[in-house]
Amino acid sequence: MQATTNHKRSTGEILFDISIIILCVLIFLIVAYPLYFVIIASVSDQTLVSTGKVTLFPRGISFFGYEQIFQDMRIWIGYKNTVIYTVLGTMFNLLLTIPAAYTLSRQEFRARRFLMFFFVFTLFFNGGLIPTYILMKDLSLTNSMWVFILPFAVNVFNLIIARTFFEASLPKEIYESAALDGCTHFKFFFYIAIPLSKSVISVIALYYLVAHWNDFFTGLIYIHSNDLQPLQIILRDILLSNQVFSQGGGSGGSAGGYAQQFADQVKYGVIIVSTIPILIVYPFIQKYFEKGVMIGSIKG
Amino acid sequence: MSSITPNKHRRSLMELKRDYQLWIMIIPAIVVVIIFNYIPMYGIQLAFRDYDFSRGLAGGAWRGLHYFSQFINNYQFWDLMRNTVIISITTIVLGFPAPIILALILNQVKWFRTKKLLQTIVYMPHFISIVVMVGLLNVLLSPNTGILGQLISKLGDTDINLLASTNSFVPVFVISDIWQHAGWNSIIYLAALSTVSPSLYDAAKIDGANKWKMILHIDIPALVPTIIILFILSMGNVLGTGFEKVFLMQNSLNLPVSEVISTYVYKIGILSNQFSYSSAIGLFNTVINFFFLVTMNWISKRNSDISLW
Repeated sequence: MQATTNHKRSTGEILFDISIIILCVLIFLIVAYPLYFVIIASVSDQTLVSTGKVTLFPRGISFFGYEQIFQDMRIWIGYKNTVIYTVLGTMFNLLLTIPAAYTLSRQEFRARRFLMFFFVFTLFFNGGLIPTYILMKDLSLTNSMWVFILPFAVNVFNLIIARTFFEASLPKEIYESAALDGCTHFKFFFYIAIPLSKSVISVIALYYLVAHWNDFFTGLIYIHSNDLQPLQIILRDILLSNQVFSQGGGSGGSAGGYAQQFADQVKYGVIIVSTIPILIVYPFIQKYFEKGVMIGSIKG
Repeated sequence: MSSITPNKHRRSLMELKRDYQLWIMIIPAIVVVIIFNYIPMYGIQLAFRDYDFSRGLAGGAWRGLHYFSQFINNYQFWDLMRNTVIISITTIVLGFPAPIILALILNQVKWFRTKKLLQTIVYMPHFISIVVMVGLLNVLLSPNTGILGQLISKLGDTDINLLASTNSFVPVFVISDIWQHAGWNSIIYLAALSTVSPSLYDAAKIDGANKWKMILHIDIPALVPTIIILFILSMGNVLGTGFEKVFLMQNSLNLPVSEVISTYVYKIGILSNQFSYSSAIGLFNTVINFFFLVTMNWISKRNSDISLW
């Protein structure tokens, strides 16, 4: 580009470019380093980690933390529960959100304005924690796996993203000409709308999936039984309440010392083990993010 | 008039027949939203009633504003208000500009692959769960064993525990929030910047504008509508500091600055079963947020014609 315009770059411009480069390097390091550090700390000798000697590469390789994690039944029960809640929950979310978005995107559907208001209003006003809690109790959803799946199955932001996508990619005329050939809305939805909207469906699926995977609140409020607790509650016990070893021993607490160092290695490992599923899905869907958000940002 | 009504009636019947498949597709979503969003709104009346376990939500004696005045006269009221407002205002003041600045910087990166790599990295922390985020803070900031905690106590030459001090709670909360979400929140601004026509930059170049001036006079004006919409939305959350992160970062040492309305509602309502009192506090909170949202939207509509509705 510079060659075509063939003008000399002023000092100001060079300084500008250099400061952009420096800023980008700084941003990269600030965001990436803590993540990288957790990875190397999880496989390093904890005496070296806790004295600040592990900075760039793992040192004194030790898998003690991971060994502990693999033996800890609490983590695997939590993992299994969260996988079940996430898979069923995301499926239920999509089953409700995508067809509803399709309906709201049809201009000839006269109730769409009112129904849009009906959904959007819930973003700005809600009953609050206690009335919701009492409702869940009355529906016997407390201490049941369904509380992770059924409530709040429609996220209004995701609904708007999908609706705006359908509006833009499936103009009224396409449906009208298909309808002349006897195509119903059901057929049009299954054979035309869904195949055309794989990108937006994957973005929304990822949003729902992450929300279920990271859900801590539902377990905290509604679940009492240990067998039903999701992974995030177990993580809280390990990471924050310092109940690192299931037998109860070795929770060094603020006393610091030997046990605390081992506890820390388990913590670094647990952070990785619990975040891996999301990191696996992330690259596949990442390319759709901007598309998804851009569609969502268009006000309807 | 009388001749129109049956016609109208017939037309809506015809429409119902025409659109019944559309209705089938949306009714499940409507049912779920009515049950889980609108029925709790009906339950708000609990804030004005006693809760009667045997007679249900609407069965208790009417108490009017009793529970509201109980809250306002509570010795903790001003502490809760102050903590809630300080945390959310600091988050807005520092956290709101961060993604805008980040987007402006990323927009200057012209090498495609570098830009993609940077974006991939800065979006990533957004997907970490709050529990893991707070856990990460705990291990990294621990004064004895954490790498950042050690660094900071060396620099400051003090033995401060960042996790258990009333002075550091808000900064740690806000900075970690920016670290986690600024990247993700910049997407929407980057999308807005990508719609700026390249001819504007060319014209500015011919007029002798440097890159700094282009940011000031082309990029930032292009972002203004998005900024206003998102700012209105964030003002609607002035008293809505997310429960989970504050709750997880709380400990007995930072409690004087970290007890906020939502954590108080949880403790009073779920842990001590004072349903009516905590409903009143929750409603108080919701109404103030709603008021801020409507006011900001009104101001913006009057001054810039940009509004949520």
